[in-house]
Amino acid sequence: MNQPLERADFDLIASWVQPGERVLDLGCGDGSLLKRLIEERGAKGYGVELGDAEVLAAIAKGINVIQGNLEQGLAGFVDGTFNHVVLSRTLQTVRHTERILAEMLRVGREAVVSFPNFAYWQNRLAVMGGRMPVSEDLPYEWFNTPNLRFFTLLDFEALCVKMKLIIRERQVLDEGGRLVVEEPNFLGSLAVYRLGR
Amino acid sequence: MSSGVGIVSAQCAHFTQPLELKGGSVLPAFDLVYETYGMLNAAKSNAILVCHALSGHHHVAGRTADEFGKPTANVGWWDNIVGSGRPLDTDRFYIVGVNNLGGCHGSTGPASPNPATGKPWGADFPVVTVEDWVASQARLADHLGIDAWAAVMGGSLGGMQALQWTLSFPERVRHSLVIAAAPKLSAENIAFNDVARQAILSDPEFHGGHFYEHGVRPVSGLRLARMLGHITYLSDDQMAEKFGRRLRVGAGSYSFDVEFEIESYLRYQGDKFAGVFDANTYLRMTKALDYFDPAQDYEDDLARALARAKSEFLVIAFSTDWRFSPDRSREIVHALVHNGQAVAYAEINSAHGHDSFLMNEPHYHAVVDAYLKRVKL
Repeated sequence: MNQPLERADFDLIASWVQPGERVLDLGCGDGSLLKRLIEERGAKGYGVELGDAEVLAAIAKGINVIQGNLEQGLAGFVDGTFNHVVLSRTLQTVRHTERILAEMLRVGREAVVSFPNFAYWQNRLAVMGGRMPVSEDLPYEWFNTPNLRFFTLLDFEALCVKMKLIIRERQVLDEGGRLVVEEPNFLGSLAVYRLGR
Repeated sequence: MSSGVGIVSAQCAHFTQPLELKGGSVLPAFDLVYETYGMLNAAKSNAILVCHALSGHHHVAGRTADEFGKPTANVGWWDNIVGSGRPLDTDRFYIVGVNNLGGCHGSTGPASPNPATGKPWGADFPVVTVEDWVASQARLADHLGIDAWAAVMGGSLGGMQALQWTLSFPERVRHSLVIAAAPKLSAENIAFNDVARQAILSDPEFHGGHFYEHGVRPVSGLRLARMLGHITYLSDDQMAEKFGRRLRVGAGSYSFDVEFEIESYLRYQGDKFAGVFDANTYLRMTKALDYFDPAQDYEDDLARALARAKSEFLVIAFSTDWRFSPDRSREIVHALVHNGQAVAYAEINSAHGHDSFLMNEPHYHAVVDAYLKRVKL
């Protein structure tokens, strides 16, 4: 949904997908990630997208896009259909957070979730300075952001504990798309998780 | 810039090999009337079959000519989507429209002579199904030298044919565009159809289906059937906007005359339709709708039923279509996804109810255009 120039999380997600695996990309936009997963990784991809313009663009790209609203869950998708269900930079725009996470792990064996880390040091600095942060990974002003939920790595991991979700892998990136190893909740701008049950 | 296909004329293909129908009877021979637009390429890989809905026919696009070769007002029923630069681009595709078996626009149907008696078939014309139509359309494909359609498409009952094509002839259809359709009718849908049929069957002029011999037509029954059907093709919002509670004259006359605009509109639609359509055809078209249920032989498991399709799919539904709601289209989509088959699904915001599929809605046409541009020739 958010569209920075470089999608560093795409590299990570692509590296986790094996040839022939089935991927569902929620909020797939124009299908850029799916196109890459299909072409580079030989995946079988489907996307869900609400926006008319995005659906049209995805159809033009030859993507298996299904128009629908994530807030209504994934009704109709059969349990365990997908190897990976991806929610890239979209979780913060979804109102029913717990429901969508549960739905992802119903229809897929693994949930791949990326989101902007609100506790990134530059964001903290912006708030300290009295303004809401605007950055590569939070590219909106407060009055036009589609983001509904503002949370941090620690917040998300606490929710995973509450929902009994297993964190299989976590990668954290800075604004330049470089991997962050130390102090991820402070130095990381974007987090990417692989979750299971 | 886009332009229509201009003046068109129908052709007729005669088939002498008997056609075994799903209901058990056999048609010894039959005619199919069709129109074509654009040019079939040398590889014969650019053909699109357009299947019609309940009241449609082969005249999909362009205008027919009068005896002096001048264009008439008879414009094809899906003219807005066919032509140079339009989604069904005649610069690229060869488009075929056909009148279905049992129809009343030239193909063999209830008004055609029964070879056994020399009189019109009437009630004796068999009940034909979506599968039968597809089988007969395959004969037309053979006749035209088309091994595989680049795409088969249709709205409503036409969408059901587009779906059935992928099941009856998986190797002969590369893309299927299933628009404003459903994998089967609901009980409510069947109920509407039956009231329509009862209107015809109970018309004294129907004569058990043999009205041709009496020189009459069950106009009032057919008119009622069409009025009922027409209500279900529109949306409540659209009716409210178009007609509201407006009266034709200033005040109510406290009688049963035509008073409200909606009454006038429906009667006009009913009269127009009853003047040209065949009651026996109407009965058979609605019955074909009712019987369509590809999952029936698979313990109602639609995914299993669709598994043999090799086509790629575009499924389209319209927000205000309550006759074939988006939920029904999603059943098709989810069955295909479950099977790992290729499918794209667009849900179009439109005020026009079930009839939306015939409208020139820019986003809808853009979706069809984007999809068809991907079709390799």
